[in-house]
Amino acid sequence: MYLETTNVVKQYANHLALNKVSIRVPKGTVFGLLGPNGAGKTTLIRIITRITAPDSGEVLINGRPSKSDDVFNIGYLPEERGLYKKMKVGEQAMYLAQLRGLSKADAHRELMVWFRRFDIANWYNRKVEELSKGMQQKVQFISTVIHNPDLLIFDEPFSGFDPVNAEMIKNEMLRLKAEGKTIILSTHNMESVEALCDNIALIHRSQVVLQGKVFDIRREHRTNIFRFRLRDSDFSFEHPSFTLVSKEPYHEFTDIRVRKQPEVATNELAKLIFDKFDVVAYDEEIPTMNDVFIETVSS
Amino acid sequence: MTLLMPLLMVALSFVPLWLSTLNDGVVKNIAVIDNTGIYAPLLKSTDLYRFQIINDAQQGEYQSKIGKDLFAILQITEDLSRNSQAVTILSEKQTPQELRTMVESALNEKVMEQRLDDLSRQGNVNAEAISEVRSIIEAGSDISVKTMKWGDDGTVSESSTEIATIIGMVFTILIYMFILMYGNMVMQAVLEEKKSRVVEVMVSSVKPVNLLVGKITGIGLVGITQLIIWGVLTGVLFTSLSLFIASPQQAPGAVPAEMSSFDTEGIMKAVLSVNWFEIIVYFLLFFVGGYILYASIFAMFASAVDSEEDTSQFMMPVTLIIMFAFFAGFYSVGNPDGPLAFWGSLIPFTSPIVMMVRLPFGIPLWEKLLSLVLLYGTFILISFFAAKIYRVGILMYGKKPSVKEMIKWVKYK
Repeated sequence: MYLETTNVVKQYANHLALNKVSIRVPKGTVFGLLGPNGAGKTTLIRIITRITAPDSGEVLINGRPSKSDDVFNIGYLPEERGLYKKMKVGEQAMYLAQLRGLSKADAHRELMVWFRRFDIANWYNRKVEELSKGMQQKVQFISTVIHNPDLLIFDEPFSGFDPVNAEMIKNEMLRLKAEGKTIILSTHNMESVEALCDNIALIHRSQVVLQGKVFDIRREHRTNIFRFRLRDSDFSFEHPSFTLVSKEPYHEFTDIRVRKQPEVATNELAKLIFDKFDVVAYDEEIPTMNDVFIETVSS
Repeated sequence: MTLLMPLLMVALSFVPLWLSTLNDGVVKNIAVIDNTGIYAPLLKSTDLYRFQIINDAQQGEYQSKIGKDLFAILQITEDLSRNSQAVTILSEKQTPQELRTMVESALNEKVMEQRLDDLSRQGNVNAEAISEVRSIIEAGSDISVKTMKWGDDGTVSESSTEIATIIGMVFTILIYMFILMYGNMVMQAVLEEKKSRVVEVMVSSVKPVNLLVGKITGIGLVGITQLIIWGVLTGVLFTSLSLFIASPQQAPGAVPAEMSSFDTEGIMKAVLSVNWFEIIVYFLLFFVGGYILYASIFAMFASAVDSEEDTSQFMMPVTLIIMFAFFAGFYSVGNPDGPLAFWGSLIPFTSPIVMMVRLPFGIPLWEKLLSLVLLYGTFILISFFAAKIYRVGILMYGKKPSVKEMIKWVKYK
């Protein structure tokens, strides 16, 4: 476990922001921190980054309680982020890198590597206020990762990026993961959660309501619904093993969704349908993270 | 607030004025040696000053009392209608303008009367005499009391109430301006960081307290740098000017004729007799204290709000206090030992400004030290709370917090 929080509690004046939150983030994985607005994600991140202290509970890094030096080994890209508008891009990135413990020479070398990778080396002497929002986001991303930290925390990293740049950021994150970095990703974009995250924790009303591997969680939320695409023009078949959920034509095919009885084996259901109809394709409908999110939060 | 504002503004300028007229209940004794015997009876004692006529022989004995139960010795050596310069006040502290004005107006009246009497004694009034009357009336106020300071080492040096007043005012305005200006700069910087949201990036690498301390220190040093530049430039300008004026023979024609009629040399002397070193050291000490105190308060309020417009509610009372201090300093000039000046220069929120007025008039060491201790103690306390509130405030967006909520923030972990 690279990062763990144990029963973290944070109370603000009139509301409990975090109620005994425990998360476990394995080393070298991408961890999705999910939850509706105001659930307490940002507060938890601020506790991990030592911006605020928990009222009780602990943050463990590599199994030992986190200490103030650990901030040098964390890269944090906040959701609400900004830069000093009057400063030049290069100066600012250098300043932030040095603030995180890099020597001037190291900072400059790293910066050049990243500027070239993002193809923005010619921005070095431009003022931040001259850049578009997406361009500023790139600079912010670089200043988050420049000091080569082992733990990276991205809060809504894709907002403000066009699809091309969002894809680039996504690939950078996967590359960082391949290098062995541990990444916490907080986002409302469930597609990217499925694409990037190994594990997730869902925080709702200040508590962790769901935690585990993404695929396990999706499987746990399956509803026994199976989809068949038939070459038949209609589907009229009733059997105690299943109930029909929906039926609609798709070009020359018919798509059906059936819910099988829990005690019936998948094979049996397939056999029943295969015997009577010409099946082109079939699969189990596993809920997306989006479905899981909505179901968990609204129940 | 809209309706209260004009009331506040009026109160702000009149309350200190009224306070400055209060006297501290301590009567200042002034011994009068009048070699002519004409003027002494004219000086009427007031609530603040008691005049006491003594003779020449007692001078030595009374001089040793100066600074104890005697405030000053007023000496008139000649008939003032013939020599208007023959009057001197010798005191340990700088003579307040108030006392000087009082003495001068009493003497002036008498001298004018004397001169008119002289004229009428000459007999028939003719055209020539009338024009002379005119000139007597015009010259009515030519009595100028020389003020002398009784130094610690027993020496007597010429001093100037005007110079002390001007220096006091200049330093008061400077410190008022700088505290307000650089305090505001701190506020703007905090607001900008919060508005641009860069603050969240910053506090993930540095502790908010360090960020705040760094900001206040940095901007403070900018202030001091600017002060030093101004100070050096003023010094250079003054020195070159005094050299220029002191040696008019070497540069004939360079000094216009009217200029030489001024007592420039006297002014220079008086300026140089001021203990600049002490004043500048205290100025810097009080500037640092006052600046940190107010900058912490400004930063605290700026951190709690999201936008400039929201600051006004919190800033108003703070600005009012600073303005009160400024007015209090302004009105203390006439009576730099009165209760307004005394308390104003002790209370930490007004002391940096009011103290500047009093410094050139010479005040006891214990008052300066006590004032500094109070000021520094207060800023340590205030900046401790300010840092606590700042730490929470910079990350809070949305509703403008009430003062009550801000107090709760102090307790956050």
